[in-house]
Amino acid sequence: MTNVLIPESMEELRRILETHPGARVYAGGTDLLVKMRSGLEAVPPCLVCLERIAELDAVSEHGEVVRIGACVTHTRLLADPVATEHLPVLVRAVEVLGSRLIRNMGTIGGNVCTASPAGDTLPPLYVLDAELELRGGTGSRIVALKDFIKGPGQTVLGENEILAAVRIRKPRMFNLFHYEKVGQRKGLCCSAVSLAAMLRVSSGGVVEDAALAWGSVGPTVVRSREIERMLIGKELTAERMREAAAEVGKIVSPISDVRADAAYRRAVAGNLLLRLAARDGSSP
Amino acid sequence: MKLRFVLNGESVEIEVRPDRRVVDLLREDFGLTGTKECCGSGECGGCTILVDGDCRLSCLMLAAQLHGREVVTIEGLSRNDRLHAVQEAFMEHGAVQCGFCTPGMVLAAVSLLARQPRPSREQIREGLSGNICRCTGYVKIVDAVEAAALKLANGDRR
Repeated sequence: MTNVLIPESMEELRRILETHPGARVYAGGTDLLVKMRSGLEAVPPCLVCLERIAELDAVSEHGEVVRIGACVTHTRLLADPVATEHLPVLVRAVEVLGSRLIRNMGTIGGNVCTASPAGDTLPPLYVLDAELELRGGTGSRIVALKDFIKGPGQTVLGENEILAAVRIRKPRMFNLFHYEKVGQRKGLCCSAVSLAAMLRVSSGGVVEDAALAWGSVGPTVVRSREIERMLIGKELTAERMREAAAEVGKIVSPISDVRADAAYRRAVAGNLLLRLAARDGSSP
Repeated sequence: MKLRFVLNGESVEIEVRPDRRVVDLLREDFGLTGTKECCGSGECGGCTILVDGDCRLSCLMLAAQLHGREVVTIEGLSRNDRLHAVQEAFMEHGAVQCGFCTPGMVLAAVSLLARQPRPSREQIREGLSGNICRCTGYVKIVDAVEAAALKLANGDRR
């Protein structure tokens, strides 16, 4: 039997992790419990559910920074006025994550720690330069998201360390926010390719700044300064985007799997840029 | 562990393994077989229950997580032998075929209408996303939820 412990404070959590070596933490359970049941993850002697720790369950503003507790569910994030006002690129991704039922249970911290190349919140968090607040027995540390995820399912999370919150600086200099994923259907769909984009476009239609990140086209999310620089200073037209799209095919390294083959992913990763030229930034 | 929670309006206490899945607990220990299990991995919604009013997947919750919570299963929706407006609407609109998805579909609809009393058809589809049906093709289900919204707005109970 696996013991299940549900601490109600960080202090209680710390004690549990110290006294239960090999314990696994989880929040929504939509990834870990599925993997354990299908045999992809070993069943640990002790499971620690984080859902009742109030400190992990809040969205708060600290000046220019928005702090999202790791256990904030996707549904809660969608209902949060701070998130909807300041983080539209993230909110758009969360809107199409899983299903209503999955959004009610899954958490932002879980999506980050699962570290799937297809994790819907990851491309937006990469373009937002998100930082992660990690807490361990001996203290806390801040790690940039791009340094946190090492590969599919691999993170730098240490023994007895948990992700406590995602910190995001409010994006002030952007005016076009876009997220789109392509998959075999709309609901409950693991993306075959996704793109998150934030652009600053002048009133004359020239791209002044750009942040772009693709999901499901490499072992981790792909953010490309090269492609971003290619767009800066250029007019935001379909023709320019087609030129950039050709370059995108060279920087991504997709795999072929049940959802799509590599060539298709490479083509779509580029083509997703074309939607930016539609200018309203909205997903279809 | 000794687990205490409110199940369909009644306080219950049961000695249970904390890692027992909620769907198994409900079906096997409480005999509430209205909650179905189909995929066991959160993709079909057959095991939907309401926890503190919101819909959850009981195949992805462990018994210990229910402690102190309020749970409603399909068996807890009717009152005094009268079906919930959503249940009635499902029957009236032929939104029930094999019945496997129906309990989850009904509970998801109840939770949708609690937060969005007059949803559009698009909002109904979005609100029920994650509850999969292989028989009806969804049109009748959306019709039923639309009709239930009207019933409730016109003063039908709950």
